[in-house]
Amino acid sequence: MMLVPCPWCGPRNATEFRYGGAAGARPDLVSATPQQWREYLYTQRNPLGWSREGWYHRAGCRRHITIERHTGTNEVRLAEDG
Amino acid sequence: MSLTTPNPTSTRVRPGRLAPQPGEVIDRRRPVTFTWNGSTHRGFQGDTIASALAASGVRVFSRSYKYHRPRGLLTADFLDPGCSVQVGDEPNVRGGHRLVENGMVVSSQNTWPSLRFDVKAVNGLAGRFLAPGFYYKTFIKPQLLWPLYEKVLRRFVHAGEVPEAGTGGVSGETFDKRYAHPDVVVAGGGPAGMAAAAAAARTGSRVMLVEEEHELGGHLRWGDADDLATLRDLRAQVAAEPGIEVLTNAVVSGRFDDNWLSIVERGLPQVFERLVKARAKTLIVAPGLIERPYVFEGNDLPGVMLSTAVRRLVNLYAVRPGSRAVVLTANPEGDAAVEDLRRAGVEVAAVVDARAGDTVVRATGRSGVSQVELSTGARIACDLLVTAVGWTAPTSLLNMSGDRPVYRPSAARFLPDPQRMPDDVLATGGIVGDGTVTELVAHATAIAGAAARRAAARARAIGEAVPTRGDDAPALPDPDPTPVDVPVLAPADHPELFRSSTHGFVDFCEDVSSKDLVIAIKEGYDSIELVKRYTTVTMGPAQGKLETVNTVAIVAEATGRTMAETGTTTWRPMYAPVTLGALAGRIHEPVRYSPMQRWHEQHGATPLVAGQWIRPEHYGDPAAEVRAVRTGVGIIDVTPIGKLDLRGPDVAELLNLLYVNKWSKLGVGKVRYGVMCAEDGVVMDDGVTGRLGEDRYLMSTTSSGAATVWEWVEDWLQTSHPDWRVHVTPVTTAYASINVAGPRSRELMARLVSGVDLAPDAFGYMQVRTGSVAGVDDCVLWRIGFTGELSYEVHVPASYGLQVWEALMAAGEDLGVVPFGVEAQRILRLEKGHFIVGQDTDGLTKAYSSAVDWAIKLDKDDFAGKPELVWQREQGPTTQLVALQPVDRATVPEEAAQILGEDGRIAGRITSSRMSPTLGRAICLGQLEPSLATPGTLVTVRLVDGRDIRAEVIEGLAHVDPEGTRQRV
Repeated sequence: MMLVPCPWCGPRNATEFRYGGAAGARPDLVSATPQQWREYLYTQRNPLGWSREGWYHRAGCRRHITIERHTGTNEVRLAEDG
Repeated sequence: MSLTTPNPTSTRVRPGRLAPQPGEVIDRRRPVTFTWNGSTHRGFQGDTIASALAASGVRVFSRSYKYHRPRGLLTADFLDPGCSVQVGDEPNVRGGHRLVENGMVVSSQNTWPSLRFDVKAVNGLAGRFLAPGFYYKTFIKPQLLWPLYEKVLRRFVHAGEVPEAGTGGVSGETFDKRYAHPDVVVAGGGPAGMAAAAAAARTGSRVMLVEEEHELGGHLRWGDADDLATLRDLRAQVAAEPGIEVLTNAVVSGRFDDNWLSIVERGLPQVFERLVKARAKTLIVAPGLIERPYVFEGNDLPGVMLSTAVRRLVNLYAVRPGSRAVVLTANPEGDAAVEDLRRAGVEVAAVVDARAGDTVVRATGRSGVSQVELSTGARIACDLLVTAVGWTAPTSLLNMSGDRPVYRPSAARFLPDPQRMPDDVLATGGIVGDGTVTELVAHATAIAGAAARRAAARARAIGEAVPTRGDDAPALPDPDPTPVDVPVLAPADHPELFRSSTHGFVDFCEDVSSKDLVIAIKEGYDSIELVKRYTTVTMGPAQGKLETVNTVAIVAEATGRTMAETGTTTWRPMYAPVTLGALAGRIHEPVRYSPMQRWHEQHGATPLVAGQWIRPEHYGDPAAEVRAVRTGVGIIDVTPIGKLDLRGPDVAELLNLLYVNKWSKLGVGKVRYGVMCAEDGVVMDDGVTGRLGEDRYLMSTTSSGAATVWEWVEDWLQTSHPDWRVHVTPVTTAYASINVAGPRSRELMARLVSGVDLAPDAFGYMQVRTGSVAGVDDCVLWRIGFTGELSYEVHVPASYGLQVWEALMAAGEDLGVVPFGVEAQRILRLEKGHFIVGQDTDGLTKAYSSAVDWAIKLDKDDFAGKPELVWQREQGPTTQLVALQPVDRATVPEEAAQILGEDGRIAGRITSSRMSPTLGRAICLGQLEPSLATPGTLVTVRLVDGRDIRAEVIEGLAHVDPEGTRQRV
């Protein structure tokens, strides 16, 4: 089981967290086209390499954090703005 | 026949128990009696099932998987493919490992009518019948007969008997789980492992030393006097270090991300198996080497054994494994076996030295080896053939860490590739190379030094990564950054010996021969992974530990490739078998009760499991409870309803975002019903939220949605709107919640409430007040109507819940107050046409399919799910929530019964249905295509038993009081 680097609690077991999927900004509702909205909702890129992800430390500090994970090696690091 | 002493009348010594041996592990003062296939045998404490039986002259332990050939001991340890046995209720016990106990009932598995005369051995005569891929070739068609084939084939498999559910298991024994956070885990307790553990502990590391056998020592245990002296010394070193926790009869079965290790501990007191989940800072892999069988004709006959098996039997268990032996040796360990046999009084008829180019061609015999033919042409009579042809490095844990072992022909084995090993995994001992015990210990000591330093560096990094670490926390380790000098431990030269000039068994568990592998390759399965899947080689209980390298060698030979080119199959977790019980562990399932639970139990409530909560389903007669609420007054425990305390100046803005409806104008003292949608427009939750003060709100959610909604609210606040000033506190269990419902509820409430004017014009429908109930201050009361009756939902500080409940029951006695349960509430809300999220909607039901169009305010700038709802409204919903009444008043269609269109296609489904005590008829809610949703439409409902009934779509959703006059009084 991988360790997730929580910026508040330190590295903790992944089971303490809920995976929130690839992190991406919510499009602006007024200007977003249907295409952009659906991409945001349903299209997951699933790259081989570094991916920005939201994780929620539900069994810890209950903070939503953003980390970067290498999908090939499960190497993780806290995003700059995590 | 029990032969604990040599038969004096015989000229030749017979298999049996020897005089005491210097390294023996049996306790001769403690004899043990057990049965084997019904006959009584004796052994000593410390004996394995296999050694005790071998000491009494037993040679045949099982019948093989496909051909039902007699099988004896091969490795005499955990891996031995020939002696999986049934012990009482427990199937597939490793007889070479499990210690014998007094009164044990041991039997061979799936042999009929007996081990000696197994009728299924005819399979061997049928020859090609069971060629590789025979399942695919013979039984593939017709498909309809597969269940029959499976039944027949099943009888031929030598697995044990699993007891019927409920009767199994050993009484008083259980399974368990444990978490550990050692600095260093050492996998393997041989000389290298013991030395590594002691060296790491001496630097201050907390060490877990895991050994698969029943005691530490590895191959030193069956070694010479020097080995035994070193063994005593290393054991003393381990015992002297309090920082070492020794787990014997345990195995590191898997290595996962970030050194998360699964360790299976077996045979603890009262604990059958325990799964240890250890987060190790560093892992030292020191499993030693596994001796490899040799492939030749007759290599599975009872009496053909590996040199380590013979040395274990003689030195650990004082068992003479035969009378007249031929030994094929290619290494010093094989030579040592010759010495052990001579010392045990076994006549060594021939020593075949593979280093000189000689080998064994075939072994023959009926129920055991009786003659061996050599490459020189000589034929020698014997009852024991010992082979010592090389070693397999069990690299599983390294593979699981990302390593790819590399084949080295000069050493005739696969070796780890240090370049590919992660920093937190190290290896020592036989898996790395060969050497004297002194050299092994020196290598292990150096590796342990490196492991301890890396563990300390890791501990420091973890500690520094915790910003909330207090000033008074223990000091972090200060690791020595200089790299440790690790002496070279080079693998010794060894001849490559895999197969003789004849064909024999490669996988003894799965009965796969070298000829089967060659046939598979000829049929085109030319990659090692394909050969494995087609022939099932390496897929039996030994999981490749004995047979992988031979498989690679034979595939390489048959394809004309080198072994390095052929490569190996992948080693995956688990390295060793683990029971499902250990994986399940102890059942830790939290259960939640309301403060009134004791009262419910005392008053005959039928419990209902609702998620984590246990709730009263009813108190005997749900229909009577419904009538009481409609005519008088009832109270229900609704504590599980989710409750969030929201405070701050921006709560209204938050609510506008979370709910589809508008909240800006909700006045203090008012409550409003709201619907929440996820971003895909699907209804996620609903509930009422009340404004208790200028900046203070109390939100209610469904019971099952409480946790989800809380996390969702936090998500919005933390990631999208961190600037909003809102505090969210979950108060679900801070309050006990009671709904007081029925036309006489106001009368009952008036007797207990103080500080709140209950007059209809002072405390109207959809309003909230705070006040005192039954003397308990700080209660929140809201007037809402899930049941459709005049009702008050009272949220009481949890510790006073029972008092208020009992006060309501006592004060309402003359009013005929009754408690009602979840079932009555479901009926009441269905009569009223209130839908339940998740029952009348599902994971695809968007808001416009849920009859809440009135609540959806698309003119709001933003709210969760808005774009999807805009499109749903433009396109029109695919289904609509409707209320239906069967024409036959007495037939209640099952929930999930399908609604059919005129042409017979599925046009919808019943989502809720009950017999209404109020109307005396069946009532339903359903999801239905809009074309059929017009009130007055008659539709067909197909019942589970296949009958079709007619039902009418009614106006609105409410079957009872559609005008809502009862709840507004």
